Amino acid sequence: MLHIVNKSATERSSLESCLRMATKGSAVLLIEDAVYAATNGNAAAAKIQAAAADLKIYALGPDLAARGMAGRVLDGVNVVDYGGFVDLVAEHSNCQSWL
Amino acid sequence: MSDMDDMDDGSGVVKKFMFLNRKAPHGTVYALEGLEVVLITAAFDQDVSMVFTDDGVYQLMKGVDTKGIEVKDFSKTYRALEGYDIEKLYVDQVSLDARGLTEDDLIVDVTVLSVDEMANLMAEQDVVISF
Repeated sequence: MLHIVNKSATERSSLESCLRMATKGSAVLLIEDAVYAATNGNAAAAKIQAAAADLKIYALGPDLAARGMAGRVLDGVNVVDYGGFVDLVAEHSNCQSWL
Repeated sequence: MSDMDDMDDGSGVVKKFMFLNRKAPHGTVYALEGLEVVLITAAFDQDVSMVFTDDGVYQLMKGVDTKGIEVKDFSKTYRALEGYDIEKLYVDQVSLDARGLTEDDLIVDVTVLSVDEMANLMAEQDVVISF
């Protein structure tokens, strides 16, 4: 399963719900305002790092760059471009968007 | 003297306006719309404070590159506020801390306020407009 989250973890609970429901080995792709959670010092960073033990965590590079966050990405988070986004969707048999 | 002569049309009255920005820049249109409203308000010679709390502090990040998502980079517009006599920019310390940010990460000079200072500033306004 590929989980896609697009809301800021410091404003909404969608990331927390996602991490609660995601099963071991699943992928979580952070896009739009959700990318802030994958940056150093963010209140949600510890949750992302803990989750990275069982899940593969990705963040969309163009969304990080547009928010001035490209240089602040947490260790263990994989940055992908739009091509990588497409590959993730194609590689997984199903996907869930946490709107 | 007619009633009309007694009426105050409000011209010349200066009120304290606070624009409260609580949203991250690109995920919603609030940040850009709020900025445009502030620039319009500047034309009316009001006492304007612009406040950034919660995810709103992300609006002021340095080093933005929006080419990849093909939207306007309006972060540099915050630097133009000074030219419109909007010089009271305030940022919430707690919000910076929760995001691992410091004043040095921001594109404009701001005054960083504690919770108590922010609360007092809010309480003394005539009008608070939230984005």
